[in-house]
Amino acid sequence: MWREASALKLELRGITKRFGSLVANDSIDLSVEPGEIHCLLGENGAGKSTLMNVLYGLLQPDGGEIAVDGEPVRFGDPGDAMAAGIGMVHQHFMLVPVFTVAENVMLGNEHVRAGGFLDRARARREVSEMSSRYGLDVDPDALVEDLPVGVQQRVEIIKALVRDARVLILDEPTAVLTPQETNELMEVMRQLTESGTSIVFITHKLREVKAVADRITVIRLGKVVATTSPDASESELASMMVGRDVSLSLDKEAAQPGEATFSVRDLCVVDDRGQLVVDHLSLDVRRGEIMAVAGVQGNGQTELVEALMGLQERVTGSAVLEGHELVGRSTRQVLDAGVGYVPEDRKVDGLVPTFSVAENLVLDLHEKRPYAAGPSYRPAVVREKAAELVREFDVRTSSVDTLVSTLSGGNQQKVVVAREMSRPLKLFIAAQPTRGLDVGSIEFVHRRILEERDRGNPVLIVSTELDEVYALADRIAVMYRGQVVGIVGPDTPRDDMGLMMAGVPLQHAASGQPDARSDSAGGAP
Amino acid sequence: MSLVRDLRSRALSGGGALLTVLALVLALLISAVLIVFSDPDVLEALPYFFAYPPDTFAAMWESVSSAYWALFTGSIVDPGAQSVRGFFAPLSETLVNATPLIAAGLAFGLPFRTGLFYIGGEGAIVLGAICAGYVGFAWDLPIVIHLLVAVAAGLLGGAVWGGIPGLLKARTGAHEVITTIMLNYVALYLIAYLLTTSAFQRPGRSDPISPVIDASAQMPALVPGLRVHVGLVFVLIAAGVVSWLLTRSTLGFRLRAVGSNPDAARNAGMGVGRSYVEVMLIAGALAGLAGAVEALGTQRTLTGGISAGLGFDAITVALLGRSRPLGTVLAGLLFGALRAGGIDMQAETGTPVDIILVVQSLVVLFIAAPPLVKSVFRVRAVEADGLAPATKGSSL
Amino acid sequence: MSTTTSGLASAAPDHDITPTVRERGWKNAIIFAVLGLIAPLAFGLGSPAGATSTFEVTLPDAVLFIEPIGVPSQTAALALGLLCLALAGFAVFRELRGFRTPRTVAAVFGVAWVLSFLCWAVADKSISMVGLLQGSLLLAVPLVFGALSGVLSERAGVINIAIEGQLLAGAFLSAVVASVSDNVYLGLLAAPVAGLLIGLLLAVFTIRYVVDQIIVGVVLVVFVVGLTSFLYGRLLAPQADVFNTPETFSSIAIPLLSDIPLLGAVLFEQSIIVYLMYGAVALVHVAIFHTRWGLRVRSVGEHPQAADTVGINVYRTRFRQVALGGAMAGLGGAFFTLGQVGAFGEQMTSGKGFIALAAMIFGRHRPLGALGAALLFGFADNLQSYLSIIGTPIPSQFMLMVPYLVTVFAVAGLVGRHRPPAAIGRPYIKS
Repeated sequence: MWREASALKLELRGITKRFGSLVANDSIDLSVEPGEIHCLLGENGAGKSTLMNVLYGLLQPDGGEIAVDGEPVRFGDPGDAMAAGIGMVHQHFMLVPVFTVAENVMLGNEHVRAGGFLDRARARREVSEMSSRYGLDVDPDALVEDLPVGVQQRVEIIKALVRDARVLILDEPTAVLTPQETNELMEVMRQLTESGTSIVFITHKLREVKAVADRITVIRLGKVVATTSPDASESELASMMVGRDVSLSLDKEAAQPGEATFSVRDLCVVDDRGQLVVDHLSLDVRRGEIMAVAGVQGNGQTELVEALMGLQERVTGSAVLEGHELVGRSTRQVLDAGVGYVPEDRKVDGLVPTFSVAENLVLDLHEKRPYAAGPSYRPAVVREKAAELVREFDVRTSSVDTLVSTLSGGNQQKVVVAREMSRPLKLFIAAQPTRGLDVGSIEFVHRRILEERDRGNPVLIVSTELDEVYALADRIAVMYRGQVVGIVGPDTPRDDMGLMMAGVPLQHAASGQPDARSDSAGGAP
Repeated sequence: MSLVRDLRSRALSGGGALLTVLALVLALLISAVLIVFSDPDVLEALPYFFAYPPDTFAAMWESVSSAYWALFTGSIVDPGAQSVRGFFAPLSETLVNATPLIAAGLAFGLPFRTGLFYIGGEGAIVLGAICAGYVGFAWDLPIVIHLLVAVAAGLLGGAVWGGIPGLLKARTGAHEVITTIMLNYVALYLIAYLLTTSAFQRPGRSDPISPVIDASAQMPALVPGLRVHVGLVFVLIAAGVVSWLLTRSTLGFRLRAVGSNPDAARNAGMGVGRSYVEVMLIAGALAGLAGAVEALGTQRTLTGGISAGLGFDAITVALLGRSRPLGTVLAGLLFGALRAGGIDMQAETGTPVDIILVVQSLVVLFIAAPPLVKSVFRVRAVEADGLAPATKGSSL
Repeated sequence: MSTTTSGLASAAPDHDITPTVRERGWKNAIIFAVLGLIAPLAFGLGSPAGATSTFEVTLPDAVLFIEPIGVPSQTAALALGLLCLALAGFAVFRELRGFRTPRTVAAVFGVAWVLSFLCWAVADKSISMVGLLQGSLLLAVPLVFGALSGVLSERAGVINIAIEGQLLAGAFLSAVVASVSDNVYLGLLAAPVAGLLIGLLLAVFTIRYVVDQIIVGVVLVVFVVGLTSFLYGRLLAPQADVFNTPETFSSIAIPLLSDIPLLGAVLFEQSIIVYLMYGAVALVHVAIFHTRWGLRVRSVGEHPQAADTVGINVYRTRFRQVALGGAMAGLGGAFFTLGQVGAFGEQMTSGKGFIALAAMIFGRHRPLGALGAALLFGFADNLQSYLSIIGTPIPSQFMLMVPYLVTVFAVAGLVGRHRPPAAIGRPYIKS
């Protein structure tokens, strides 16, 4: 049975963790007081997740120690950490999709009857209890794979709570939530701290830090640069995080939209599991504007883009680019029609890890002149072209023959962007173009995307990061369950946006707001 | 002492060559132990080991040395031979055995570079042999043309048999390991059936054997009087073609991309399914070539056992050769030598030829796990190479 | 034109995602239709008029002896064929409207189809159903053990292609130990040990040295074939009296149960290995789906990182499962030597390990499913040998192809969909 958590003080003293020559954590000190919400703020790649994995026993530190209530402890594996009262909700959920909620919650912590038989009834009961205690509303018998990501996150929290977690680590928990869900999560966090649980909240979003933190520790390049209070301003926090003054918004000219040369009508996609994931979706993108598709992850954005790129099998409807139908075409034909495409996950979808930078730069053109002569491939020509692109896109690599997998994330993304912009384009599509990148690379990629717009091309961006959407978009299409809930301008308040991301159309979401907005943003050819 | 260790470690870290040698040495040592302790003479001498150890050691030494000497004289040269031809006959046998191994090894290696496990060499070898053999004994064509047509038929037969799992993979996602293994057995039953039909069975025979291949379709010997035949040339040409394909062609670029990251390849507009079909067609044809050289060059008739486990042997060849064409040729020569020598060894010392399967499989396991060899030879820093798991993982 | 009408948008919140689109409906419909037509047309009309098909349903010395049942071939085949056609019509109708065919309907269809085939095949002849089913069960035994071996390791995420080698090793060692010790039970104990050793090799190379699982599996098969053939040629063949004359298990009739007509003789008059098989299937099924052990094993096979984060040792679990799987297949290997032949022969498993792998996949990585698939394959195999003895128009080689072809169709998704454990084949590397 669940006990009232007794408070616990957690200290990390001089934690150092190296991966080869890279120092991911450089003697980091961090202390978490009982019942506080302690924010760990840092850019992507600053070493936050590594630190938490050390704390959770998933990695062993090369130096330093962890202390619980003043006593040094050693966590050989997550089991030890859990036993000491530490729970973690990972950025990528650690849930078995084909298990039920109850099975996931009990895994590793099973109640058994004689003979090792699972006591499923008890597990169900525990989930229900915990779920009603914190108003989490989770069905213990649902299969995890059928649940929306927001609910899956609550399952993760329950998982930690039934294990008596007194320190709960939340690793980038808001990445998958709507603004409203984020608020609800913060409410749950406050409730938890009231009952004595302390929370380590890892994020790179300044607004959330300000909203919820009791204390803030900022790390940069594996080192603690400051421990501060939420009174610090956003721009102060940002410059601490990045190490220089950063402008929080992208300077950009107003769009000069032309006619809509790309229009999608009644697009439907059925996925492998037979679900209708894109549902009669229609939108237009005009020359010289950036249309951003916003929405919580898993609402059909991925499938929408894949359908446009000829990567989905079961697609109906139409997508016309300058008079040419794209639906029903192969990816090759779509690319040849002048579409540049930056896929969602560069490592999984964008790059061939065992190929050199040069080879990756011609991945889509290797069969065409001048890189090929008949059936022969011409490496010399490819290297020449690659050298040019590497210079132009500022890819930091020792040579074009370097394996692309050895580059940093930012440079890898530059390779992808360079490749996709090296063809004559009529439409540029990018999905999550800056996910996991450092601030410098983000700025670079954003600037390139704006240039593409200013060159007069229609640009379609898919992003789950609202900050990115606001930074880039001239118009925003909000997607929910495969449909466009509404198309709005970039001046739409975050709260309205949040409601739309939860499926509430604008006129319901923002009563009192002028209805004209959605009309004016609707865009007409 | 430290100098020796240093040399060893430097050589090992320098690349695959010494690792391969050490793996081979280790495999031969283990096999020697097997040979010794299964030798009836040694077993007989063992009980009075403590009474008179030299007897036991003598028996052990005799056992291993005679076996491995026979292995050598059966595969490289025969010093006791009466003629020059006889002196080199073992080398010829090595080449004869290596020929189909190389072809079938290429048939595994090329799809492996594309991320596919083609375990179906056996089936395609059989189909290649059936088609080449049938053209060889049933059709009547002019010399040279007959041979070429028969080889082409073998390639085609193998390609069809390889293409089926490729197509199934591309269309339905059926895992090629399962489909190819299953089709191996289908092919074996198919040839067993065909050899009972009047079209294939040798007239006047009741056992399943085909007529002899027409002289015009037989692969001529490269050296008169020795068994090594033109098939070797065909196979080396095939290796050259595969090498060009992988390194210098757009098709090879695509196949390697698909093998390393099919998702990225698909996003770059490459037809992943098409690549699977194409590479399996080529692989099937290569295995078909192995069947054709066996049927037309070495055995010169068809029997139910024409493939004789070649498909699986060839996998070890390709793995030892790191799935690269040149490596496969060299590995094929090595294992061809083991095979040729093994047959002599069995005849001369009664050591069953199957021991070479043990050697082959151990060599491959050792080169796949450099840290193991490293710990045996107590050296540092050996790079794993070629046998790392496919990046995407495989699912059955 | 406004791209998103408010009508569309306002429908969004309460608009549920459309339920699963039935994709394979037409595939199943075609299979049913084709098979449904073959039965009455080929078997029914193909049977000679006036011939009788005789089925013996008990052994001649059975306690409850039942007279052989003779039926007019054409009428019976046609009647059963028409039943098939009717069921097929029902199934096609349902499938095309997006409904799944109930399992019972599919099962009745299958039985009727096979019986219709038998009426045609044994026209003017007699067939012993006891012998047919008994033989099927026996042929299925190694397949079941092999498939369970696959379930044990693949549920933890490690592909076991080496089943063939484990069976062969078990067969070999059990024969040698039983022969040398002159004790058949010691031989039975030795069999899982042999399989375990091969399983350990698989585990060491795939988990410790992170070599590709399929590669290691294939190479281990070559290794065991080489090793056992070598030792056979070196020791077992020349000194068969010492090394290769194991006793075999005699069958034990279970009182009462074995007197049940037809099924009694088939199921309950068997050797100890067959009873062990029943136990193993039940045990693995219960353990995998209802115990803590099973939950953890499955989590390791589905999402090893998730398992790791809740304190489950992924490496240890996988290691144990692969070793256990090896032992299971090794035990099955004893059936070849101690259960049937009474001597070891070179490559005597003749690819059964691969069919076992197929049975596991066809059975969807479930013990009971694997049992069913193994029985089906065993039936096809035995039917083939029966029919080739009594003489039928189909060449025996084609009957022998059936399990392999069925498997190809199965993995190609023509017969039901299958989702293997998600992490299968992927080495787990801590990040």
